[in-house]
Amino acid sequence: FQDQAEQFFRSGHTNNWAVLVCTSRFWFNYRHVANTLSVYRSVKRLGIPDSHIVLMLADDMACNPRNPKPATVFSHKNMELNVYGDDVEVDYRSYEVTVENFLRVLTGRIPPSTPRSKRLLSDDRSNILIYMTGHGGNGFLKFQDSEEITNVELADAFEQMWQKRRYNELLFIIDTCQGASMYERFYSPNIMALASSQVGEDSLSHQPDLGIGVHLMDRYTFYVLEFLEEIHPASQTNMNDLFQVCPKSLCVSTPGHRTDLFQRDPQNVLITDFFGSVRKVEITTETLSLDRDVPGLESKFPEEELATEPLKYAEQLPVAQIIHQKPKQKDWHPPGGFILGLWALIIMVFFKTYGIKHMKHVF
Amino acid sequence: QVQLVVPMAVVFAPGSVPGDLPRPLPFRDVQEMEISVNLRTSVTSRYEMRYRSTTAQEEAALAAATAREADAALYPLQDTTLGSLTMYVVPETSSLLPQGINVYVGKHRSALLRAGGGLAALQARLREVTQLMSFTATSIAAALSDRVPDGQLGPDARRNLKSSLGYEITFSLLNPDPKSHTVDWDIEGAVNRFVKPVLDKLSLVANFSVAGGILYYAVLGVTPRYDKESSSFLLSAHSLPHVINPVEARLGSSAASLYPVLNFLLYVPERSHSPLYIQDKDGAPVSTNAFHSPRWGGIMVYNVEAPASPQVSLPLHVDVDMARVMEVFLAQLRLLFGLSREEVPPEFLLEGPGNEGLADWELDHLLWAHAVENIATVSTTLTSLAQLLDKIGNIVIKDDVASEVYRAVASVQSAVTELSLGHLLAAFQASKEAVTCSERAFFDPSLLHLLYFPDDQKFAIYIPLFLPMAVPILLSLAKIVRESRLRKKEPTKMD
Repeated sequence: FQDQAEQFFRSGHTNNWAVLVCTSRFWFNYRHVANTLSVYRSVKRLGIPDSHIVLMLADDMACNPRNPKPATVFSHKNMELNVYGDDVEVDYRSYEVTVENFLRVLTGRIPPSTPRSKRLLSDDRSNILIYMTGHGGNGFLKFQDSEEITNVELADAFEQMWQKRRYNELLFIIDTCQGASMYERFYSPNIMALASSQVGEDSLSHQPDLGIGVHLMDRYTFYVLEFLEEIHPASQTNMNDLFQVCPKSLCVSTPGHRTDLFQRDPQNVLITDFFGSVRKVEITTETLSLDRDVPGLESKFPEEELATEPLKYAEQLPVAQIIHQKPKQKDWHPPGGFILGLWALIIMVFFKTYGIKHMKHVF
Repeated sequence: QVQLVVPMAVVFAPGSVPGDLPRPLPFRDVQEMEISVNLRTSVTSRYEMRYRSTTAQEEAALAAATAREADAALYPLQDTTLGSLTMYVVPETSSLLPQGINVYVGKHRSALLRAGGGLAALQARLREVTQLMSFTATSIAAALSDRVPDGQLGPDARRNLKSSLGYEITFSLLNPDPKSHTVDWDIEGAVNRFVKPVLDKLSLVANFSVAGGILYYAVLGVTPRYDKESSSFLLSAHSLPHVINPVEARLGSSAASLYPVLNFLLYVPERSHSPLYIQDKDGAPVSTNAFHSPRWGGIMVYNVEAPASPQVSLPLHVDVDMARVMEVFLAQLRLLFGLSREEVPPEFLLEGPGNEGLADWELDHLLWAHAVENIATVSTTLTSLAQLLDKIGNIVIKDDVASEVYRAVASVQSAVTELSLGHLLAAFQASKEAVTCSERAFFDPSLLHLLYFPDDQKFAIYIPLFLPMAVPILLSLAKIVRESRLRKKEPTKMD
């Protein structure tokens, strides 16, 4: 009976995925990359393998010419913790981090040539953690300084995921200015959201490092990381503790959370339900009895490999072309009806007002 | 809307006909039952039964000594289309069924029932057997788990593998201590001898591909405890969930295939941690020394026998007994698909499936569940696609997407028709085609909608552009109107 009661409160997921997105580029946004890499590190430490993590980074920090310590990204001043390490697998890097690619990953509408590591192959028993950081505003999040994603688009993307049952439960964490506006519009079930600041507030960064010259992390993610360092795969800490992380005295902004769409009580949701990968196991008690004296079937595998064409590296995104391309010559179209009508109206009014005799001054 | 029809034959051996039959043999009867999943979804099951007495050949077959021989002899005389069932009723005093056993379920699609207790008791037993061999309310509800209101099924019921077009199976040998053990496993031979027959039988359900590999220096995530009483190392049941993660990262799932992967791992413990046993919740060692994780795969611990003399040159050569290993792995494969024989009433005797891995009726069981699941998935996908198009008016549907949708609709209609006619195989194949087409249509990359223009953004863009331009126009229009009105008032001004 105790077992049944336990089971009722447990989550029904069988696998875990994480989508970690850093939406900024350029050297002065070092802290956003450090944020994302810190969460990546925690998630890997708690058990989610690289094949189940989709990491989207501009990845221009470690090898940036302005980085005094090349090939590192630090998350703590005095360079205590190098989160870049040598085991980071970035799935979408540099100019591939776009709103379109992000929505494609979430909804699954990916071109067939995309490799498996760039896909979110979740099913209806997957718990997904989505972490986003960068510069945001009231209702939008800026992607790479050139485009935005609105909270309505994000909510629609989650609804598309729900329709296709691409998640069991979803945890959405956002660390940007006015982050709470991004989760206001969610309407799909089983989503829990946390944000670093309310609408109208800015999320502040933590500490600058005088050696590197930029701010290393944002406050909210810094305290979340401290909290996560205490978690190990077997810990029973629940979500209510995560909600308490970073009170206003430490964070200056007011972190918010939203749990009305979530079915279970946050008290019963373990941190490792989303950040770790604890599988349900069962002891195997049945065996199949096989007749051992079975003659081997002829091996149906062909002896020689068929000669295949030599494979070439396929450019996922022709970056060189994009950087150096000239603006596209758009084909000239004759002006449409509205514009024509507007101009006709303007000309008619002009000549009516000032008289037709002035035409000869024009020509 | 969906009707599942099972054609059945109930054959009475001489001396087993109950006295209270409504009509003389042979006759037909239909039993319908509604399985309601939620307020709007329900599935009707319809058993079309033909009651008749045995033919001379069947009587000869039933005169065999044991139930198994009778089953083998009856097999060529039966209707073997997928989805159909044949029940043979033998007299109460028959010695074919052992003592205390009232029902014997064979390897194919037939069962032997013991008569007795009148028609009502016989029909109750018939219903139990047919539900076991085709589908039950629980199995249909599990297949339609999306639609069951939460809380009714419980989190552990939705663990069977989802219906997919293909599965990838990998067998890996984990050797953490190559200095002490040189492990030889004839995986190709084992796959050919034991795994291929099972996969061939399952080939109706999906495409399977098999891969194998060896991983050295792979450690479990948990340190086993030493138990002095049994002088062995023990892994307790609650530490098992943490075993898989460190290994999984290094398993290297195939980069090319998008099908779900089932991993079967054979772990040979290090010499310093041998022998290693898995403990269940009550503290007893598990006989199979294996555990599995739903939708992921299974792990088995293979203990190497300690050498007779302590002075032996390392590394020891180990030849893995592949038959014993495959017995466990194939049993785990069955459990992952949901074919468990645990909830069978005690008076039933089920024949083991042997090297084929699963009985014919278990294959039917899978096909029923997957066909219903596919039909439900297709209808959900197409409905949500239609809703998406309603909401976002300016998505352009390409021709090939449209043709996939039409094909999906046609296939799902044909699947429902075939189900109502009792043709299980044709229905399953139509449902598979429907799922393929609908997934292709739904996940087409061209259906991504990115342009969201809220009203305030529209105002913000267009007003600064058009308002200054519009001011002189509107003022001039007002002037024109005033002038023309004045002219109309004084037409006599013209000379």
